[in-house]
Order: sequence, then structure tokens, then C-alpha cells
Amino acid sequence: MNLRRDVFQAIADPTRRAILLLVASHSMTAGAIASNFDTARPTVSKHLQILTECELLKQEQNGREIYYHLNPKKMKKIADFIEPFRNTWDDKFNKLETIMKKYKSSR
Amino acid sequence: MERKTKVHAEDGKQELLITREFDLPLELLFKAYVDPDIVEQWMGTKVLKLENKKHGSYQFETTDPKGNKHRFNGTIHEFTPNQKIIRTFEFENTLLGVQLEVLEFVKLTNDTSKLTMHTIYESVTQRDQHLKMPFVQGINMAHNRIQEIVNQLK
Repeated sequence: MNLRRDVFQAIADPTRRAILLLVASHSMTAGAIASNFDTARPTVSKHLQILTECELLKQEQNGREIYYHLNPKKMKKIADFIEPFRNTWDDKFNKLETIMKKYKSSR
Repeated sequence: MERKTKVHAEDGKQELLITREFDLPLELLFKAYVDPDIVEQWMGTKVLKLENKKHGSYQFETTDPKGNKHRFNGTIHEFTPNQKIIRTFEFENTLLGVQLEVLEFVKLTNDTSKLTMHTIYESVTQRDQHLKMPFVQGINMAHNRIQEIVNQLK
């Protein structure tokens, strides 16, 4: 089973989008984030884990506490709606190039 | 592989510019747009009709993973071999409207060429919807993947 995380999977969930909005203002501990939701603490932890795995959130140790803060680089990637569109064209054009190179050498 | 495809979409404008440089002679790049067999290969579509001439028209058909068929069509307004194609583009049965596409093919060197694809939409909203389609598909795919995983746990 492939559990590779990507940013689209991460933002597909409304709770995770809410977490990103919360943390956008300032870095917070898991407890502080969880206190904003009615969901059970382990559920919030799971969301934080997913957001961290796909690098939308970064963890920072501060004394005994772990703070979560936003990774602006990765956020830029999802803010950029055009990227998936560009990717689909890039894939098509790469294919075109490969096919025509073969076509050229077969002549 | 280096990302060679560029997309320019300015905020609030109803147009889009896609550019790409190819490691291909101009003639081969152009051929990839006019030979139905080759179009089918790289576009991943069935070519139902492709009349490469002024006042000609085309119709392509794709089949999605669920087996649904989607067609798109257009009319060719200008056809200048190895230089330019102006055509309309309509994704049938969608609210995306009709676009005007200006395709320009330029020779860079004997072995390289450049394609510029200028698309003009009826409105800014339609352009933005079109841009977001792969993004939304990405989210849907993520949903489907989550669903598959959940189903396996049952």
C-alpha cells in the first residue's frame, strides 16, 4: 500500500485546511492547535502528522514543547493553482518530444 | 528532467500563454500537430476528425479511467504549415465555453524549435476554471486514494 503524501492529499481535508489557517498567523503547539477543534486530540495529531509528512508544517523544538509552523515554500506550491495545469501540459509535450525523436530516428 | 513548459496567466486577464522549447526540428514539431496518428499518441486522444486547412475542423475524444468519453472540437481559421495554426477549442458538454487558440511554431536552430500557444477565453472566470481543472482533479484523486485505502481497511 502506497501512502506517499502529497500536498493535494493534505489540503483535501477541511480540518487540515483549518489547521493551516490557524498556524499561518503564528507557530503553535499541538495542544494549542487541538484546543481550537471539537475533534479528539489523537485525530488532530494524525492531521498534524500528515501535514508534517508532506512538509506543509515544520516542527521546531522549543524547550520541552514542539511548535508547528507553516512552511512557506511548500505553501507557495499549493497557492499556485497553475502548477498542476502546467504539469499536465509538460507531460504532454514531453511525450510529443519523445515520440517525434523516435519517429525521426526510424526514418 | 528540466521543466521546459512555461505558463503565463496574469491575474484578471482572460488569456493564457503556454510556451515550450523542443529538441526537435521545426518540421517534426509541426508534424506532431497535424498527423492524426501522432496526435493520438501524445495527446492521449482518439482523433475522430482532423482537417488541416482553413475552414477545416477537428474533433477529438478522450476516455477517462472510468470509461466516460469526453469530446472536444474546433474549427481551423488559419493553417500555415510550419508557422501558424489559429483554431477554436471547445470542450463539449462543459461550461468552459469556446476558446480561441493561436499556435505559433518557430525554428530556433536546425534541431530545436519553439511552440507558443496563446489561448483567449470568453471570460476571466472561464480561464480560471480551466486552469483549476487539473488542480481539482488532483484533489479528487487524493480523495479516491483515501477512499481506496479506507476500503482496504474494512
